[in-house]
Amino acid sequence: MSEAKKAVVTGVNNAVATPNSVSLKTFYSDMLLIRRFEERAGQLYGMGLIGGFCHLYIGQEAVVVGMQANIAPQDQIITAYRDHGHMLACGMDPKGVMAELTGRSTGYSKGKGGSMHMFSSEKHFFGGHGIVGAQIPLGTGLAFADKYRNTGGVTLTYLGDGAANQGQVYESFNMAQLWKLPVVYIIENNQYAMGTSVDRSSAQTQFYKRGVSFNIPGEEVDGMDVEAVYAAGRKAVEYCRSGNGPMILEMKTYRYRGHSMSDPAKYRTREEVQTVREKRDPIEHLGQKLVSRGIATEDELKAMDKDIRLVVNTAAEFAIESPEPDLAELFTDVIA
Amino acid sequence: MSTQILMPALSPTMEEGKLAKWLVKEGDAVKSGDILAEIETDKATMEFEAVDEGRIGKILVAEGTEGVKVNAPIAVLVGDGEDARATAAPKAAPASVPTTPAAAKAAQVPVAQTVPIKLEDPSLPEGTEFVTMTVREALRDAMAEEMRRDDTVFLMGEEVAQYQGAYKVSQGLLEEFGARRVIDTPITEQGFAGLGVGAAFNGLKPIVEFMTWNFAMQAIDQIINSAAKTRYMSGGQMHSPIVFRGPNGPAARVGAQHSQDYSAWYAHVPGLKVISPYFAADAKALLKAAIRDPNPVVFLENEIVYGRSFPVPKIDDYVLPIGKARVVRPGRDVTLVAHSICVGLILEAAEALAQEGIDAELIDLRTLRPLDTETVIESVKKTNRIVTVEQGWPICSIGSEIASQMVEKAFDWLDAPPTKVTGKDVPMPYAANLEKLALPTVDDIISAAKAVCYRA
Ligand SMILES: Cc1ncc(C[n+]2csc(CCOP(=O)(O)OP(=O)(O)O)c2C)c(N)n1
Ligand SMILES: [Mg+2]
Repeated sequence: MSEAKKAVVTGVNNAVATPNSVSLKTFYSDMLLIRRFEERAGQLYGMGLIGGFCHLYIGQEAVVVGMQANIAPQDQIITAYRDHGHMLACGMDPKGVMAELTGRSTGYSKGKGGSMHMFSSEKHFFGGHGIVGAQIPLGTGLAFADKYRNTGGVTLTYLGDGAANQGQVYESFNMAQLWKLPVVYIIENNQYAMGTSVDRSSAQTQFYKRGVSFNIPGEEVDGMDVEAVYAAGRKAVEYCRSGNGPMILEMKTYRYRGHSMSDPAKYRTREEVQTVREKRDPIEHLGQKLVSRGIATEDELKAMDKDIRLVVNTAAEFAIESPEPDLAELFTDVIA
Repeated sequence: MSTQILMPALSPTMEEGKLAKWLVKEGDAVKSGDILAEIETDKATMEFEAVDEGRIGKILVAEGTEGVKVNAPIAVLVGDGEDARATAAPKAAPASVPTTPAAAKAAQVPVAQTVPIKLEDPSLPEGTEFVTMTVREALRDAMAEEMRRDDTVFLMGEEVAQYQGAYKVSQGLLEEFGARRVIDTPITEQGFAGLGVGAAFNGLKPIVEFMTWNFAMQAIDQIINSAAKTRYMSGGQMHSPIVFRGPNGPAARVGAQHSQDYSAWYAHVPGLKVISPYFAADAKALLKAAIRDPNPVVFLENEIVYGRSFPVPKIDDYVLPIGKARVVRPGRDVTLVAHSICVGLILEAAEALAQEGIDAELIDLRTLRPLDTETVIESVKKTNRIVTVEQGWPICSIGSEIASQMVEKAFDWLDAPPTKVTGKDVPMPYAANLEKLALPTVDDIISAAKAVCYRA
């Protein structure tokens, strides 16, 4: 139990681990933390404590947990607005993330950023971006700086299937390959961009092939299987770290909730969502494996859930009780 | 251990809703992620999921109940007897979490509002009937009417067809006009904006919808370099009759990248026309004019105003000239100038000022380029005082331009310096208290109006 709790508090195991030493239990608790956190965020939204847009990551947990387990402390992470899971997986404090969602002074951006705009220089998490596609050149630039400064760092740049159609993605791909930049582009293909399914938006729906004309290798990965993500991520990160240039990973995944809290999601059937939940849920799936392989018992998993719910409840209480930012903060941080 | 399940807010603007359907019954075991009920908001029917595990002890609000207030208890969840340990953990259940007053206030975004003013239009025949409709409907009707009239008009943008518009402005258009003319695009703003300009060069009249104008920054090069300048660069041979439209300005709590007013940006550009109406009648008549106009037109709407209802004249083919401001209310003491959502603010301010004996004249600019300075000057000649109101940033703003024009052209009539009320000179903060502070308020307008009248 104390082991599970430690995993929750520190987020993922950020050390470069060999496949043998990777704790599947840590994957489980990291995914469950994201799930429980997001459920609670949805609830606080329902109570009017979180405003504006709030994009939940429920269903996609295996992607970020499997990827982040492969990176080293000097590496960088950047994503779009569906970012709570990425922040938790970077080891950012659930309290600070939740407090940002409620717009309080104790949030990661002092309440000024909100759900879509959080950052942590300590954890090398560069946001948190609301403009679809914008983070891809930014992530490419993070990798450029690492190569320039010779830090050995690799950048994980996450984007959606919808974002994959923005022109700046291909401008980035070209530069990244031209200059052999150490960046992994992780396309989280959850099959929808708002109400538009990939086959209604995309001439090439096999996103891992999107780098073909730039000679960037790509791989399709079962993004609902954290072990598969981990293995693919490991290869990709090593490839980039060794100076070979960029790589593309297409994660086949699924979001259970609407695009944001106010999306009625009429563009897909309830059965479609239920089927994924029942047959492919990344957390259920790993839980069953842990039990059947004798790595954990049902009771241990329950105890983990209990600990995680406590962490999330503490975060929610903190986020509700923290004060709003001081009014003087309106004019701070605009320019140095 | 039992907890209450509360009516959720399912959109930034929801205050109450209908409990349309229960998908569980008393005694059912539920776990997180299970769908409990269907709830109807002002815009959509949404599914509501369980967060905690347990059994439905009691249903407190029957299905079919309308007007259930957000945060009202709708059911009781009880822990399963044999599993009390697991359910004891979520102690901070919804019912026991206090809603702070600040956060509660933040959730109350202004919804539909009806302003009782008479929209005079001298061009209308005597005895014209008016119907009340939302700005959202007026915009849709304008597009539908123009599409019926002219096959070269088509609508293109993200989620405009099957989803019926991200903000439901294009509701019903796919059904009526089909997929040839109502086209869902990928998320490629620069691509489809440029494609629209090319199509306009080649004989079509595109309406390009940006989900919001924030995303048009991806495409601003095509709007300015390709659409606005081509008539000039080609010596008048080639031009682009295209309308770029969508919601502009801050919505509610969506943060810095999604809350920006582009009025001044586009008003700066020769070769463009820029329209930003407030009332439904103007939205309809000016959008129709924009679609027919041979120039590229930037049409700036407002998400919060979409749901407001106003009278619209019930006549066939109601079109208004671009470039004319509207005197919304005549007055003697001070001129208040605004456009878009801020017209609602000056209307409110004028009522309060009237109580204090200050008679404000209200001008709705409606078009920002070409700017109807004439109407503003005429008003200033009468009132000798002017306050401009907008949500955009203060530097190089619409108000800056008007002030400059007044100083140049109406200097002798001014009894006080022209004054601007604007959004604060900062990116939009997310926190409820800071966001409120960042936006112009009715009180700001009242103080500015009193100041130019030299009244405390
Ligand atoms: C440039 C831009 N265009 C449009 C939007 C509105 N928008 C926000 S998210 C989204 C869908 C993106 O889908 P995808 O990239 O698949 O990511 P997902 O939401 O599935 O995680 C759209 C159209 C935006 N934020 N920025
Ligand atoms: Mg997607």
